[in-house]
Amino acid sequence: MDEPDDVLLRLEDVRTDIGRYQILRGVNLTVRRGRVTMLLGRNGAGKTTTLRTVMGLWKAREGEIVFDGHSIAGMPTPDIAQLGIAYVPENMGIFGKLTVRENLLLATGPKGFAQERLDRVFDCFPALKLKWSSAAGLLSGGQKQMLAIGRAIIEPHRLLVVDEPTKGLSPAMVEHFINALLALRTEQTTLLLVEQNFRVAQTMGDDVAVMDQGRIVHVGTMSALNADTALQQRLLGLSLEATA
Amino acid sequence: MSTPWRARLAAWAPYAVTPLLILIALPLMGGGPWLTLTIAGLTMGMMLFLMASGLTLIFGLMDVLNFAHAAFITTGAYVAVTVLGSLAGWTSEFSLSLNLAALLLALLCAAVVSGALGLIFEQIIVRRVYGAPLLQILITMGALIVIEQLVIVLWGPDAFSLLRPSALRGSIMVGSSPIETYRLVALCVGLVIAAAMQIVLTRTRIGLLVRAGVENREMVESLGYHIRRLFVGVFVAGTALAGMGGMMWAQYQVLVNSQIGDSMTVLVFIILIIGGLGSVSGCFIGAILVGLTSNYVEFLSPKLALGSNILLMVLILMWRPRGLFPLSEH
Repeated sequence: MDEPDDVLLRLEDVRTDIGRYQILRGVNLTVRRGRVTMLLGRNGAGKTTTLRTVMGLWKAREGEIVFDGHSIAGMPTPDIAQLGIAYVPENMGIFGKLTVRENLLLATGPKGFAQERLDRVFDCFPALKLKWSSAAGLLSGGQKQMLAIGRAIIEPHRLLVVDEPTKGLSPAMVEHFINALLALRTEQTTLLLVEQNFRVAQTMGDDVAVMDQGRIVHVGTMSALNADTALQQRLLGLSLEATA
Repeated sequence: MSTPWRARLAAWAPYAVTPLLILIALPLMGGGPWLTLTIAGLTMGMMLFLMASGLTLIFGLMDVLNFAHAAFITTGAYVAVTVLGSLAGWTSEFSLSLNLAALLLALLCAAVVSGALGLIFEQIIVRRVYGAPLLQILITMGALIVIEQLVIVLWGPDAFSLLRPSALRGSIMVGSSPIETYRLVALCVGLVIAAAMQIVLTRTRIGLLVRAGVENREMVESLGYHIRRLFVGVFVAGTALAGMGGMMWAQYQVLVNSQIGDSMTVLVFIILIIGGLGSVSGCFIGAILVGLTSNYVEFLSPKLALGSNILLMVLILMWRPRGLFPLSEH
């Protein structure tokens, strides 16, 4: 099936099981190019499973996942990543025994660091320059998150998938991360973010999808959701009561 | 402010264990025997490191516990028998250069044959049991028996005596301490291989990937690297190292039989546990500790020698239950 030009990622009726448990029960989601799509929902709704299924870390039992015209359901994770998807998991996936430099180097191509990209990472997260030779395991929680995001943007990607980028961060740090991620818009990077904090989602999102019990129960633009108090109440009551 | 200081001390404490052991041993046995036994312990440790390092990497990267690892040690030992046997002209000459050339050729052949066997073993057997620990134990133990029997079919059931090359048979005197020449050579060869391994692991992208994969292989895959392809390389390198360890050990023992690898299995697993499963640095320190402890205790209290390494392991696990250098993901 031909994709509309503005669709970068499409999930159609995706069902994923973990052991005996059916976690995703028919997820339909569209991520548009150059936009920030927020995936919201309460704990256990299936947000992380959706991201992991996109990355091939958990295999979809049924359904179709199409990235930029390529069917990626069932594809090995490295091949999916090589199509241009950067993934930052909820636990950040930092290699604690490696230095900050080595963590970033792993995400670069065979030629190593491109100075321009490295400068961009340092502009966003100056702390990484100061901790360049430190073991990543010794960084603070906020610095680890900086490293995780820095690693995802050290090379240009077409889609950046981030699971809870602001989890556990101080308000000042949250602001910093929002600005850093929004700066990616200038290079037409598409973002798919899972976020528990509705205020953050309101600030960052262009589009929004709300999950509940393994299904998408609402899709639309963030501006429409912001303008519709009744809808917000219904969704907040359904899924976002913890952050209302 | 005491927490960072304590954390730093806790991080560096495992590195202090070996020097501490060496220092404690000095007043207990006097300078002469101490130097001889320390060199012997370090040499034994180097050979144990070669045998164990591959196994710890294989486990760290893919959680594969390969009980057939001993078979690659045995293979290396028997390759040494064949190669050094066919180079008898070189080894019987009292020429250090010819003797060393024969040893290095045997070492190379042991690595190539064991590595090639490791490649076949990974492709035919190990690949089928990823993620199934019980099957791994059963199938690798079965493979160990098969390979050992194949060794008997190829080389026969009798033990071989493997005389050391002429120039490496004697000892040199350092002060009043006799140091076996072969031990010095084995120590140097072991150090060179360990250093080369360290350079590959810390200075190359492949090494970086291996270290990252040992910590979090899922994230390595998410960054676009095929960890299974990397694992094949590590498996081959690990079995080649075991072969080299087997060759060096055979020449050290001067006697080779089909149980030579098996006889090292317990020590190899003690090293892995002491060092922390999957940790190469831990494996290095663990191997040196086991080598030194074996030699010191055998001299001080021969009756305790048999259980000394198990006691060492128990003491270290009481102090650090996950070994000296545990990996965060395991």
